[in-house]
Amino acid sequence: MQTGKETIYNAEFRRRFENSNQPDWLKNLREKAFAYFTENNFPAVQSEEWKYTNVAPVAKENFQVADAANYTEAEIAPFVFDESKRSVLVFTNGNYNENLSNLEALGAAKILSFAEAATDENYAPIFQARLGSLVDSEKNGFTALNTAFIGEGVFFLVPKNVKIDAPVQFLFVTEDGKVSFPRILIVAEEFAEATFVETYVRSEETRYLTNTVVEVSISGEAKIKHYRVQRESHQAFHISTTAAEIHRGSVYDTTAITLGARLSRHDVGLTFNSEGGEAFVDGLYFLGGAQHHDTHSVIRHNVPNCTSHQTYKGILNDQSRGVFNGKVFVAVGASGTDGYQSNKNLLLSNEARVDTKPQLEIFNDDVKCSHGATVGQLEEEELFYLLSRGLNETLARNLLTYGFAEEIVDKISIESIKKQLDEAVLNRLNANLEA
Amino acid sequence: MLLEIKNLHAGIDGKEILKGLNLQINKGEVHAIMGPNGSGKSTLAKVLAGHPSYEITQGEVVYEGKDLLELEPDERARSGIFLAFQYPVEVPGVSNSQFLRLAYNEKMKHRGEEELDPLEFNDYMREKAKVVEMDKSFFNRSVNVGFSGGEKKRNEILQMAVLAPTLAVLDETDSGLDIDALRIVAEGVNKLRSADNAIILVTHYQRLLNYIEPDFVHVLANGKIVKEGGKELALELEEKGYDWVKSANAK
Ligand SMILES: Nc1ncnc2c1ncn2[C@@H]1O[C@H](COP(=O)(O)OP(=O)(O)O)[C@@H](O)[C@H]1O
Ligand SMILES: [Mg+2]
Repeated sequence: MQTGKETIYNAEFRRRFENSNQPDWLKNLREKAFAYFTENNFPAVQSEEWKYTNVAPVAKENFQVADAANYTEAEIAPFVFDESKRSVLVFTNGNYNENLSNLEALGAAKILSFAEAATDENYAPIFQARLGSLVDSEKNGFTALNTAFIGEGVFFLVPKNVKIDAPVQFLFVTEDGKVSFPRILIVAEEFAEATFVETYVRSEETRYLTNTVVEVSISGEAKIKHYRVQRESHQAFHISTTAAEIHRGSVYDTTAITLGARLSRHDVGLTFNSEGGEAFVDGLYFLGGAQHHDTHSVIRHNVPNCTSHQTYKGILNDQSRGVFNGKVFVAVGASGTDGYQSNKNLLLSNEARVDTKPQLEIFNDDVKCSHGATVGQLEEEELFYLLSRGLNETLARNLLTYGFAEEIVDKISIESIKKQLDEAVLNRLNANLEA
Repeated sequence: MLLEIKNLHAGIDGKEILKGLNLQINKGEVHAIMGPNGSGKSTLAKVLAGHPSYEITQGEVVYEGKDLLELEPDERARSGIFLAFQYPVEVPGVSNSQFLRLAYNEKMKHRGEEELDPLEFNDYMREKAKVVEMDKSFFNRSVNVGFSGGEKKRNEILQMAVLAPTLAVLDETDSGLDIDALRIVAEGVNKLRSADNAIILVTHYQRLLNYIEPDFVHVLANGKIVKEGGKELALELEEKGYDWVKSANAK
């Protein structure tokens, strides 16, 4: 069966590769990545990094690599946030779809398809320098395959001193039975400011694989917010990698919300490459049924005086399963590092389970680092307090669960996203707290 | 009679704390329950509110003619019982107004009365907040999170004002309050006092009773009421100290 799978990707890769008129450097990158995949395939549970997440079900599927998809504007519209109606980039089956996108509010940004970026006389050098520089294409079979299938991705540059007010929404839809390889490169130049929102959505319960890589390069004194809201079909698979580098005095604030997919994995990595950077790396996974989600984060303090705050929360119902693995590395020279990491999990059912492992690896004495993880049920004293005010038990439990999620949802500064997430959380709880 | 406690024995983890307690309360009355630390005051308060950790081993509690011990904590609350906690609980992520509106509407639903939407409730809450001079900036904050000790106690009385209980049990609402806050809270309680409700004031000190005058004072020691009287008993207690009742009990 494995060989059958390789053949599907193999034939598709060859066909696309040969028909492509990408520059040599990009073709080389892709070919190398594909060679890695051919050699190593998808990661196995024997690998420490994939110990709790078995991707054999993904490997078994016969998903097709697809090009364009026939979505209409009316089908896409419900997923576009009000604040982003004039700043939305739509990806169908992983390919940037200009017709469905609306860039009216993004005049100050430089937005190029990969084909354009590769040949643009001003931007080709920076595109070449950055693409694939933050994510190791040979990290695992998924990043390798995403790299091998680089096609219609987007290069999004926020020029020096430019502040983009409208939140930039990246909207991803993938058709039933397909595999998509969305790829985005974000470059924020000095003093740039922008907010990005990745949203993965579905229109019905379909089965597909999304395999995303997003690279974010942030220059000095820039301020970037980066949210991701994963609401894939509950039959679907979602594997994604976010990689960011942060430079002097810049702030990267990212929040990942995971509600969808049958099996999902998010690798988020960020690296401080010059002094004085600050990052907030937060997330919420709210799972039910037989859902499985795995977050792996790696924060690298390579230089002195940077701060990272990480708060991940999980709510697990039914037989769902969560995995959190967070590493904070503090290099020998990284004095004055301030690193905080926490992972709190709420189990709503006896059959739900979570494996959490926060790790600090510190090679410098002059640091302030703390971490912690908890797995538990709702607090009995909080529950009694609510009951003693007349809330029935279901309502009280739901309100406490909602409160647990709110700490993360509240960090999102875009009203309609917050509202949508509130509704999603309440829906999950099968409760209408507004009544 | 609003509440009648007969020979109540209750404990926790197999340890008996209340050892045959009797108490009778009518509407319109304020009862102070005083006693040394560890005498079982908070246990009594929590048993009345229905805290699941406590076991009742003997006795009965009749509230409005019904067996109170049969009711779940939320049912008790909806039928008019309110406990102001000695240590109010923090509820992160849930705003004060959201929480209180849900509680208020549950009670209204139970009574078959009209529920309030967020805007209507906001007006109602703002009115009630005046009782304890609480700023509306507290409405949107998470319940008790980051509140000072005194603010938490005030928040309890705000909840009491909003829920308008028939029987309110205030467990050491005076502790941790400075003199100004104590005055505000006491005046708030006095405003809420009426012929249609009753209040049990649990306190360690006589100080609160200068502001809220009780009709009766009961002294609890070692799980039993050992002395009862009018408000003058509190003064006597202040003067003679708890050793006085402890030794009375021993005899
Ligand atoms: N959860 C508990 N487990 C064991 N003993 C308890 C618990 N709560 C209270 N007690 C004990 O019960 C007694 C009465 O406590 P409490 O009702 O809090 O007294 P008070 O409020 O009068 O100070 C004390 O001896 C206390 O140590
Ligand atoms: Mg007490």
